[in-house]
Amino acid sequence: MKEEPRRIPVATDQDVVRVRQLVRTVAVEAKLSLVDQTKLVTAASELARNTLVYGGGGIVEVYGVRNDFRAGIRIVFADEGPGIADLELALTDGYTTGGGLGLGLSGARRLVDEFTIETAVGQGTTITVTKWCR
Amino acid sequence: MERVPVLKIGDILLVSIQIDMEDQTALQLQEDLAEKIVATGCHGVIIDISALDIVDSFVGRTLATIAAVSRVLDAETVVVGMRPAVAITPVELGLSLPGIRTALNVDLGIEMLAFSRDGAWAEDAEDDENEADPAAVPTP
Ligand SMILES: Nc1ncnc2c1ncn2[C@@H]1O[C@H](COP(=O)(O)OP(=O)(O)O)[C@@H](O)[C@H]1O
Ligand SMILES: [Mg+2]
Repeated sequence: MKEEPRRIPVATDQDVVRVRQLVRTVAVEAKLSLVDQTKLVTAASELARNTLVYGGGGIVEVYGVRNDFRAGIRIVFADEGPGIADLELALTDGYTTGGGLGLGLSGARRLVDEFTIETAVGQGTTITVTKWCR
Repeated sequence: MERVPVLKIGDILLVSIQIDMEDQTALQLQEDLAEKIVATGCHGVIIDISALDIVDSFVGRTLATIAAVSRVLDAETVVVGMRPAVAITPVELGLSLPGIRTALNVDLGIEMLAFSRDGAWAEDAEDDENEADPAAVPTP
């Protein structure tokens, strides 16, 4: 299944709300269970907020995907911000450089089925997550 | 930016979060509530989150901060109405919601506040007795 992604530029708090709402809509369409919808929307909220706060804004794209066995949802969070110098540290529970709880990255990783980060200092960060229907 | 209203009902402040809050709205609510506690002298706060479809780390931190600030201002906070699907996520997120008391709905929240207030009075009374006792025993 190849379909056009739905994109939301993230530049304000309000855009983070829009990302949550779009992800919810797509998760309902894909017939994710209520708990899985909740997990995915929560992860998206954390990552979109990071895109805004640390990445200085960026783009979120939401895709419907399908492999041989099941359907799922893939979300890409891309920014051209400072990047993450020490990824392992950033993924540690409780680590924050911004006075947060430091649970966004590590928590989001636990809430989805697949989680990848590409980041380069001075160039930006792209995080891709996927949640599969059970 | 939308604002979440803080209602005074009897001697309780009721906050019913009916919107998907942007982060600024959550911060504003923290401030508004602290001011309202001081202005009204209320000792109980109920935060109804039954309309929230997620609790992420920002909302979690907001709730924890509200509970902590309220306590400093001599008010007890109870968070009520968390949906079952929502309750599962904070645990996986690693959010411990320290010091947050919860009840299933507004009615039970009000009961909890009344009970803890009465309980506090009873404890105070006991403390007074205990303090009185050693004084009654003449020191050798
Ligand atoms: N898109 C990003 N660009 C640059 N740094 C990031 C990005 N996302 C996360 N980080 C870094 O990783 C840290 C941990 O993020 P997170 O777990 O969401 O915690 P918090 O948002 O509470 O700081 C952040 O404090 C920040 O230093
Ligand atoms: Mg974060």
